[in-house]
Amino acid sequence: MSETLKVPTMAEYMAQGKQPEVLFWVGCAGSFDDRAKKITKAFVKLLNKANIEFAVLGTEESCTGDPAKRAGNEFLFQMQAVTNIEVLNAYEVKKIVTTCPHCFNTLKNEYPSLGGNYEVVHHTQFLKSLLDDGRLTIEGGKFKGKRITFHDPCYLGRANNIYEAPRELIKKLEAELVEMKSCKQDGLCCGAGGAQMFKDAEKGDKEINVERTEQALDIKPEIIAAGCPFCNTMITDGIKIKEKEADVAVMDIAELIANAQDL
Amino acid sequence: MDYIPNILFAITLIIGIGYFVKNIRKLIRNIKLGQDIDVSDNTSQRWKNMGLIALGQSKMLRRPVAGILHIIVYVGFIIINIEVLEIIIDGIFGTHRIFSGIGNLYGVLIGSFEILAVLVLVSVIVFWIRRMVLRIPRFWNKEMTKWPKNDALNILYFEMVLMSLFLIMNATDVLFQGMNSGNIVSQFIAPWFGDFSENTIHIIERSAWWIHIIGILIFLNYLYFSKHLHILLAFPNTFYANLKPKGELNNLEAVTKEVMLMMDPNADPFAAPAEGEEENEPAKFGASDVQDLNWVQLLNAYTCTECGRCTSQCPANLTGKKLSPRKIMMDTRDRLEEVGKNIDANKGEFKDDRKQLLDDYITREELWACTSCNACVEACPVSINPLSIIMDMRRYLVMEQSAAPTELNNMMTNIENNGAPWPYNQMDRLNWKNE
Ligand code: HEM
Ligand code: SF4
Ligand code: SF4
Repeated sequence: MSETLKVPTMAEYMAQGKQPEVLFWVGCAGSFDDRAKKITKAFVKLLNKANIEFAVLGTEESCTGDPAKRAGNEFLFQMQAVTNIEVLNAYEVKKIVTTCPHCFNTLKNEYPSLGGNYEVVHHTQFLKSLLDDGRLTIEGGKFKGKRITFHDPCYLGRANNIYEAPRELIKKLEAELVEMKSCKQDGLCCGAGGAQMFKDAEKGDKEINVERTEQALDIKPEIIAAGCPFCNTMITDGIKIKEKEADVAVMDIAELIANAQDL
Repeated sequence: MDYIPNILFAITLIIGIGYFVKNIRKLIRNIKLGQDIDVSDNTSQRWKNMGLIALGQSKMLRRPVAGILHIIVYVGFIIINIEVLEIIIDGIFGTHRIFSGIGNLYGVLIGSFEILAVLVLVSVIVFWIRRMVLRIPRFWNKEMTKWPKNDALNILYFEMVLMSLFLIMNATDVLFQGMNSGNIVSQFIAPWFGDFSENTIHIIERSAWWIHIIGILIFLNYLYFSKHLHILLAFPNTFYANLKPKGELNNLEAVTKEVMLMMDPNADPFAAPAEGEEENEPAKFGASDVQDLNWVQLLNAYTCTECGRCTSQCPANLTGKKLSPRKIMMDTRDRLEEVGKNIDANKGEFKDDRKQLLDDYITREELWACTSCNACVEACPVSINPLSIIMDMRRYLVMEQSAAPTELNNMMTNIENNGAPWPYNQMDRLNWKNE
């Protein structure tokens, strides 16, 4: 069904002398990781469905520098940031939406002092605003009455105090939203942040993603909803380790909504 | 002869307060060893935070039992210390309960102090039980042995003794009992001393009075060496705490300068530095020792109550890794103290002791275990930020020592070459569209 996806680039908009309403920052995981690409596509389907004029940078996009910064390499981070800002500013980008809380945090909080000032929103916030403005409708349908729990991404929740947008979207699906033992400001990390995604964990007696997955399984959800491609990978791995793939699905909020309408 | 107690008292007071002032001076000097950081923004928000978090104890209540017990101790301790004012005036001028002249109100005041003293006593005993009998895990992590453990208990014993002395002092004060106003609690203790002669009771009363005030002075001087320093530093610490979103990690200005120079096609890399710029010593990137941290981070270290709420929420610690954000703060304080003593011993100048915060206190294994999840920052009831220290130390490891774990070096090479942390080609970034 991929031919139905409309994914214009900024360059194409520019060539027509037009500006899109919003730039969709896809991010490295969203561009390259097989699991995350599905999230990217689900979100694009929703954007297409709501007739949003959006664009991506495509091959002009580059890593925001978040993992380098969190690993301690401020040089590499700032090189990435300055390069990206040059591209974004050349296209006169005003508003950015992204499906990755790490990109979201970096673009929103760490780019301004380097000359990159944009209105940056996470895709759950963006979808929520489309809903509020009546530009997108959500049908419960498939997920009606299902037990869904939301795993707060650290870089969305604690880092930026966004707890409600994803939850409101889940409720719109008429699902039964259940909370884990530690949630919202007390949410437990999936184990991927701070560049941990790219290395083995230090010696310990357990993997963090397994701990978090167990917390989720404790409340017997049918679906664990995520809002971050990295959390998604970590919890999916956790579910595999606990051999629960048959009972519990790990899905991004965008996938839930797209799925509910059979997009 | 009659003046001897007054003089003794004045001398005790001067020594006690003098020594305290000396320690506070040292404290301020040590904190100022840190790098400068601009915290002059948004003063009204800062006052508000201090009012809510320190004065209002708002974050304490996230753990309701510990929170409520602490509020009792905190309020009780502050209010009962109004009584200290009277003790000091009585001590210097040889008066007896100088404020009792205010009439009925005095009874009401002392009566409420007595009730508070009992509440504080009970709360402190419960604190002790939580530590020693219930053995709440956050008080028993690896870093909580030896001095930190004894320190926590000392404080509890101290408060128990001080509160008991206050009640005994009132119970054995025959004149005060005679007034029969305000002795709400002590009237029930007074009979315990009923069999003693009037003289003995007087001696007990005087001893309790003296031990009480000397105890308070000792307590005051104990603070500097203890996690109990928080009773003072919680206020400035919540005032100066970070106001930005927790996810925002500062951009190093020294790096920005170099990056801008590298990106500027017109810049001449071999140009001599502009006039006056030469003295600016080349910045050290990140932190390997306490002097590289900023002064707010050092203030954080002195403020830490060692409560372990941070560590009990840390995903790395929960899964058995060595990292404990509380230990990061305790190590920083210990090293800072060591540096301070070194400066004292060498006539105001720090002499290289071939030690540093990195490796000698905080290991690389701890630093690399952090997921930067901010759980520790969120959990801290006095607005301490252990994560910022971890990040500054990682910066030193990577930018000054190129000592990142191999896998992270691979990740960074990928970003440098392909603009993604994985070895994919930037030109393939939009391929998903057609897959
Ligand atoms: C005169 C004022 C204060 C007194 C007498 C006092 C007393 C104490 C005592 C006795 C403890 C030890 C509790 C234990 O052993 O478990 C303690 C812990 C603590 N205090 Fe204070 N305190 C004072 C002011 C403050 C302020 C202003 C704050 C700021 C919020 C604060 C925050 C804390 C915290 C976070 C702990 C650790 C509690 C825990 O275990 O969760 N204290 N305090
Ligand atoms: S930020 Fe690091 S130290 Fe703090 S709780 Fe998370 S993993 Fe632990
Ligand atoms: S840093 Fe804060 S939460 Fe952690 S032990 Fe110290 S006072 Fe408690």
